[in-house]
Formats: sequence, C-alpha cells, structure tokens
Amino acid sequence: MASLHTTIQGWFDARGWQVHPHQRDLLNASDAASNLLIAPTGGGKTLAGFLPSLNALAEGEHEGLHTIYVSPLKALAADIERNLQTPLAQMGLPIRVEQRTGDTSQTVRKRQRVDPPHILLTTPESLALLISYEDADRVFAGVQRVIIDEAHALAGSKRGDQLMLALAHLQQHHPDLKRIGLSATVEDPRALGQFIASTGDTCNILNADPGPDPDISMLRSDATPPWASANALYAVPDVIREITAANTTLIFVNTRAQAEIFFHGLWQANVDNLPIGLHHGSLSKDARARVETAMIAGKLRAIVCTGSLDLGIDWGDVDLVMQIGAPKEVKRLVQRIGRSNHRYDQPSRAIIVPANRFEIIECQAALEAVRASDLDGEPRHNAPLDVLCQHILIIAARGAFDETALFDEVRSAGPYRALDRPTFDQCLDFCATGGYAFRAYDRWQRLMRLPDGSWRLRDPRQAAKIRMNIGTIVDTETLAVRMKHSRGGRPLGEVEEAFAATLEIGDTFLIGGQTVRYEGLREMVVQVTKQAAKKPKIAVFSGTKFATSTQLSARVIDRLNNPDQSMLPDHTRDWLDVQKQVSNLPQHGTLMVESFPRADQQYTCIYGFAGRNAHQTLGLLLTRRMEQQSLNPLGFVANDYALLIWGLDAVDDPAALLRPDGLRDGLHDWLGNNAVMKRSFRTIATIAGLIEKNSIGKRKSGRQATFSSDILYDTLRKYDPNHVLMTITEQQAMRGLVDFGRIEEMLERTKARVNHVRAAHLTPLAAPLLMEINKVPIKGKAEDILIETASATLMQAAGVQNLP
Amino acid sequence: MQDHLFSFADQTLTARATGTLWWESEKLLCVSDMHLGKSERIARKHGGLLPPFETQDTLARLGDDILTLNPKTVICLGDSFDDLECLDSLNTANHKRLCALTAGRTWIWIEGNHDAGPVDLGGTHMKHYMRHGIVFRHIAEKTGLPEISGHFHPKARIPTAARGISRKCFLTDKNKIIMPAFGTYTGGLSANHDALSTMMQPDAIAILTGQKAVPFPMQNT
Repeated sequence: MASLHTTIQGWFDARGWQVHPHQRDLLNASDAASNLLIAPTGGGKTLAGFLPSLNALAEGEHEGLHTIYVSPLKALAADIERNLQTPLAQMGLPIRVEQRTGDTSQTVRKRQRVDPPHILLTTPESLALLISYEDADRVFAGVQRVIIDEAHALAGSKRGDQLMLALAHLQQHHPDLKRIGLSATVEDPRALGQFIASTGDTCNILNADPGPDPDISMLRSDATPPWASANALYAVPDVIREITAANTTLIFVNTRAQAEIFFHGLWQANVDNLPIGLHHGSLSKDARARVETAMIAGKLRAIVCTGSLDLGIDWGDVDLVMQIGAPKEVKRLVQRIGRSNHRYDQPSRAIIVPANRFEIIECQAALEAVRASDLDGEPRHNAPLDVLCQHILIIAARGAFDETALFDEVRSAGPYRALDRPTFDQCLDFCATGGYAFRAYDRWQRLMRLPDGSWRLRDPRQAAKIRMNIGTIVDTETLAVRMKHSRGGRPLGEVEEAFAATLEIGDTFLIGGQTVRYEGLREMVVQVTKQAAKKPKIAVFSGTKFATSTQLSARVIDRLNNPDQSMLPDHTRDWLDVQKQVSNLPQHGTLMVESFPRADQQYTCIYGFAGRNAHQTLGLLLTRRMEQQSLNPLGFVANDYALLIWGLDAVDDPAALLRPDGLRDGLHDWLGNNAVMKRSFRTIATIAGLIEKNSIGKRKSGRQATFSSDILYDTLRKYDPNHVLMTITEQQAMRGLVDFGRIEEMLERTKARVNHVRAAHLTPLAAPLLMEINKVPIKGKAEDILIETASATLMQAAGVQNLP
Repeated sequence: MQDHLFSFADQTLTARATGTLWWESEKLLCVSDMHLGKSERIARKHGGLLPPFETQDTLARLGDDILTLNPKTVICLGDSFDDLECLDSLNTANHKRLCALTAGRTWIWIEGNHDAGPVDLGGTHMKHYMRHGIVFRHIAEKTGLPEISGHFHPKARIPTAARGISRKCFLTDKNKIIMPAFGTYTGGLSANHDALSTMMQPDAIAILTGQKAVPFPMQNT
C-alpha cells in the first residue's frame, strides 16, 4: 500500500478531507505500465491522476521533466494549471507546472525546451511538435509519467491516434514511461485500455464509485409536439420554466443550426430577461470566451450549446442539464448528464426534450437505456493511415530513422497494433516519393535512403514545413462573418463557404443568436449588418450530424413493440394505434416496407433503422436501380429510421429492389464523383502531408496560384485510381458519411426478409419524412415524362395539339 | 452550340468551352497559362509531391482542341511552362506529345513571367505578336490597342437558383480579352478582384468555361 507523502497527507488532513477510494487505488497501482481510471466528472479524477506524480516529486529530487499531461482542450490545460498551482502553493511543494499549447509564446516554448518544467500540460498536437525536434531526447530526459485526460474523447478521433503514435515513440526512448488514462463512463473499458496501453501491455482498469443514479426524465409539457421538426420550439415555455426553477442550466442541442434556432426561440419568450448565453464551434473565439467567462463568474442562468461544451471546465454550480432533441447516442447522453452537479454524493439532474412525436419514443428508449446503464458505441476503427503518414514525416523531421525500427515502434501503439508491413511500406513510400504509379520524383524525393539503409529528409529545410503542418484537425472551408464597418467590423463567427455562396444581398440569417443582413463579400469576409425584425433564413453549419447508434435504434424497435405503452403521452399512443390500424409496426428480424399512393405519385417507405447517413446512401443506390427498372423515381428523403422514395410507378417487389448482391458495385460508380468523397479527400490529403495546411489560408489572399484539392482528386482518379490516398479516402468515407457498413449490417440483420405492407394512404410513421428538409430530387426519365405530360396538357388547353 | 461567338476588333472570335480562343477566319488557336511541369517545379522548390499527371492532362486537352480544329497557327500566350527548368525535365512521353502537336503548323511561344526566355522546342519565341491589328501578349497593357492577354487566371462566380458556381472564364470588353488559364493545376483570381475589375470596362463580359461557354455580365459575377 503506497502512502502519500507527509506534506500532501498533511494538506488533506488540514482541510478535513479524505483521499477518495479511487484516488487511493490509483496511487497503489501506480507502478503498473498503464492504468485507466473511469470516474464521473467531479469525483477528483484529475487529482487522482496527478497524485502519483506529486508524491514522487514532493522531495524535490527529480531533475527535469517528470510528467506530461495531455488534454484535448487548450482551455482544459489552462484550467488544470490554475487548479494545480493553488494546492501546490498551499503545500509548499517545489514542483514547477507549465502549459505548452498553441497559445504559448515562442519565447516560453524555446525556454521550455532548454529547461522543461516538472509537469508539462499540453495537447496532442503540441506533443507531436515537441517530439519532432532534434533535441527531443534531451527535453524528455527523465520523464516518468504521462496522464491522458478525457481519454474517451481522444479515443474517438484522429487526435487520439496521433497522440498514441507520439507516446509509442517516447516509450521507445524512455522505456520507464508509465501511462494513466482518465475517462468518463464508456461502454467498453477494455477497448479503451487497449487504446491507451502499449501493444502487449495489459491496462489496469479502475472504476470509481459512479455515485448516485442520475435523476433523469422527459420534459413535462402540455403542448403537443409536432409530427416532424427538429427544433423543439413548442417546448420553449416549458424550458424557460425549468431554467427559472434551477440555478444554472446547460442546454445541449444536437447541431449548430438548431442551437441558433432554439436560442433565438428562447430569447423571444424570455420576458424576465434571464441571462442566457449561446456557445458553439462556429462562433468567433471572442464570442465563445465571453460566454465562458460569464459562466465561470456565475453570471448566466443557462447556456445553449452543442458538443463544443461536451468537454471542458467543471462548472460546479450547474444543477440541471437539458438535452434538446433525441440524444442519438446513449453514451453521449450519459456523459452530458454528468456535466451537472459535480458534487460527488448528489445525483445529476437531467431533462430530455423530444423535438417531435417520433422522438418521444426515441427519448423514452434512451431513458430506459440510461436507467439500465446500457451504453452504446460504435467499434473503434483502428489505424487511420493519413495520421500514420504524418507521423512518419514528424519522425523524419527529427532525424534519420530505420524503417524496421519505426514499423515496430508504430505497431507498439495500441491503435496500430494490427498494422501490417505492406501497408506501412505503402505509407512510407507515399512520404518518400509521393507513391505514384508513375515515378516522377526520383530527383526530388521528400525522403531519401542513405547508404546505411536509414531514411532522412532530402532537404533538411523541409522539417520546418512539416512542423507547421502538424495536426489532424482540418477546418472546412469557412468564411468569417463580420459586421460591416470601414475598418473591419466586429467578428461574429463563421459560415461554410457553400452557405455563403447561396446568399444574396438582403438575405438574412442567424448567427450568434442575432439576425443579420447579408451585405456582400469583401476579401473573403461575409459582411453583414444588424437586422432585428426580419424572420431569418437559417445558416447551415458544417458540424457532423450524428446518426442514431445501432444499439439505440434496436431499443426504439423494442419500444415500438412493447405491449406496455403506459409511460407514453396520450397523443403518442393514439398516433401509434393509428399506425397499427393502417399499416404495421417495424419489428426485429424483418425489414418493413410500406407502399402507398399519394397525389398521383407512388411512395415506398423502408424502415431500415440504420441511421440517416446510411439511409441517404441507400436512397441513392435504390433510386439508381429504380431508374434502371423504369420505375421513374422522382426523389427521396432520409432520416435516422427510414428512407422514403417517391416516383411515378409503384414498387411491387421491394425484396428484389433491396437485393444485396451488386449493391456495392453501384456504390463504387457514383461514389467516385461524389462531393462527399472530395471533402474526405481534402482532409486526408492535408493530414497525410500532400496539401499544406497553411496553403489553404493563402487562397484567401486572392493569389491566383493556389488551386482546389478537388482538382488533385479528379487527377488522381483519372490517372492513378489505386493511389494510397484514394484507398484511404474510400475506406474512411464508406464508414463515415456514406456509412455503407450499416446498410450491409441492416441487410444482414434482417436477412433481407421484407415485410411489405400496402397501405391505402400516407401512414403516421411515414408522415414525418414528408416534412423533412433535404429532399433529394432524382433528375431522370421521370422529369422528361412530367415535362411531356405537362406540355401535352397545356398544348391541348391552348388548342394547338398535333403541331410538330 | 457549346462555344460562344463574339466580335472583337471587327473580327469574329470563338471562346471555346474548353478555355481556348479560336479565330476561325485565320485558323488560329490561342491558349494561355498552361503551366506545364508545375508539379515538378513544386517538388523541386517546395518539396510537395503532387500527383505528377497534370502536364499529360493539359497536353491531352490541348491535343483534343487541335485535333478538332486543325489550326494553321497556335499561339501560347505565356506561362506555358511553370519555369524554364520544367522544360528541361519534361519526360520523354510529354516531350513527344508536345512535338506531335507543334508539327506542321506555325507555333508561337509568347513569353510570360514564369517562362521568360527562349524555349528549346519547335516554334518561334516572341515577346508579343500582332495580327490584323490585334496584339497578343502575356500581361495586359494600357495601350488602347485591341489586345489579347493571359496572366491573371480569371474565374467568376455566378449565382444560380441552387448555389453559386465558380468557373474559369474569359473576360472581354471592347479592347481587351483576358484568357482563362488552361493548365490543369491552375487556380483562379476572382473577376471581382480589384486587379481585374479596374482593368476592364464596366460593360465587360465574363464567358464561363466548362461543359458550355456561357456569357455573363462581369458586373453580375
């Protein structure tokens, strides 16, 4: 049993505090190579992570760097520094703690490389940058520990993969390095442990007492939610009531656009002028910082936010979390609930607010999952190769390397444990020569092989460029939005370039909770003026649209078929009864397809429960097949549960339409030319080092020299379709926006057994789809038929038939 | 009709959807800013290893136009090569492709800022060239004479019902034509950038390239 250093123990005693059991457990286990502590927010998790380091440093005998703390957020690093400095000062311990992030000044960074602190607080990108310097060995000399905070969040992203590669490299040079991961509740702690630990090491998993069960419920409302709509505006008065009753409320909304709409709705009904703020990733840094500061100072009663506040600073006095719209994923819901009430012994309180009638069922299913502690999560996809390419370049920036040693080192990183040598060689070849079928760059290779077999940069000046491109976050092409002013007005935030392109002077949209009028584009800045009264056109922001998880979808089918529906509101029960009368309910093991006529068109609704992205893809594939079968499809629309297709002719044999064989081939053809692929390619090519990150910025200076990454994609597709970056792009798109895996999983799950129901008219379950936006028109033969018909009708009406 | 006919200095010219300019009565084809060898130069100067297929692609597209039109004269309006070293490092296949195009016709290389200096290929190398009172040069000048130039890589964005669409374009007014860049790896400078909007008359026309050459008032882009 490890004991705390007397100074630290004395500090606890003086305050009458006990060391939490999980803090003690971690201290006892701190000799293990890897530990993963799973604890709810506010349980002293971070201090638990630091205690082994503080214990070791308390005597003041350690020279140089001892512990690296990595967090996904710069703000978190800053917060941790504040939270460590105070107790350290009180204890009078001789421990130096410093941050090193993108915000740290050049002078401080230089000094840190010569004279590192005992504890360095940093981010995955800043750590990757540090290992790329020739003097990395000296900087890291003596390092003993690394603490990975919010490990669950890092594990879900390429930033986590980059971090694990950097740690694998450090571990090679400093074999004693011990790892501690800190995580919120996750569905598969073992998988997260494998991610954190070196390949072959077992990760010791510690679970803290999760505290009392959360107090979570669905919003009580007398208003009837609409059949479709995602913005939950019907619930605004009830939400205001809850905000008023609580001290501080965090209101999570699924997308940035919905956040803008809901925030706008709240303020229109906010007669008491409750201080309510807005926070999302498309707002300017200043606007976000203002809201954060006001929140920390306790000046806000509520914040409407998106995933931008999923992580971050602990706000102790948040006593209510609201989730607007169905949560899509149980795990995320649980983690969000954990953001309220950070006192360990009190339950977190949360209210979920369904946006429409179908979401009542989804929210009920999610509530049941939370109560059963049944967390979901998609399996992690290991080894993104674009990140590996960047890592190879980072290692090359540091100096000469041996390829086999690097391969072994990369495989020691958890996410890359199954990487094979040919794939690694392909990535190395890409870094060295570009990896093209046509060997064009023999003279200008980026990496060259020395006579002793090792690799190094052909031109050492390249190292600086590689360092400038470190990182795996690639921004979408966005434009800044500013108030129109002669000397550059106040920045409000940013919108996607594609959205800006749809704007005409005089159009209005919401940003940062205010309605603004578009005045024009000047030097790549969207200029706007204030426009209070007008009803806005809505900004579409990038931000990922999450699809409902597989497990939650299954629970929704369960919920639909559960004989006990007493917990559902009357209007929702009636709605389901009508559905059963006119059609049927989707069941496990079969794929329900409804057909019904409506306004001279034939509708087919497929209840795939595979998520919006997969349904969207299925819609493109099926309408292609329908076009080939002369069924004249006119369009389709998808949501998380179903796909609705309409056209001139009825689909009589949906089973044949859904035949799995050949489906993938059709995909390959249209994918190639798809905007989704081009967008993925841009990100991958940037991470892998084909496109320079900062060359994207240069576009904005109006130089004619830069050209779009789409051109590179088209060129590769034409001349070298099997290039490694094309392969990576297809793989990542297939399981990301295309989500083809879930289509295959759905056909597998139902064995493509189709339960075809012919209904006399539109059914209650299909109705919400008609009100979805983002309908996709099919411009095939059906359009010609419609034009001919309309033309014939009009010609006849005008008495000019039979003219050539 | 995929191309756009217009009159300029009492002559009828065709702005082709492909981005070349055709003078039917003279059997003259003009192409600008091919930037051949760009990926090689980027590798040499900056270390980036872009897909090395753009020279082949640019020459293939130019070859299509030459095959269709069989011009007597071809004028390359400067920045034909991304720099003069690119010329030396043209691989054999591309060198052959280029020679096949020049054979049997008058070929004029106007020098640009990227490729100032004589080229070691067939054809004539010139600073500028004049035919029937029309001057061909790389960078526009304020002479008042009818003039065809390149250099700026103009592109224009037009609003459509669905979204704004951006394409490479010709800019034309009474006295000036500015050609779009023909090279595969060439970006564009927006037609509403000061450098272009101050140079062209207010009534200038932008002719967008792509599947079809479409004229648009430059002020509306």
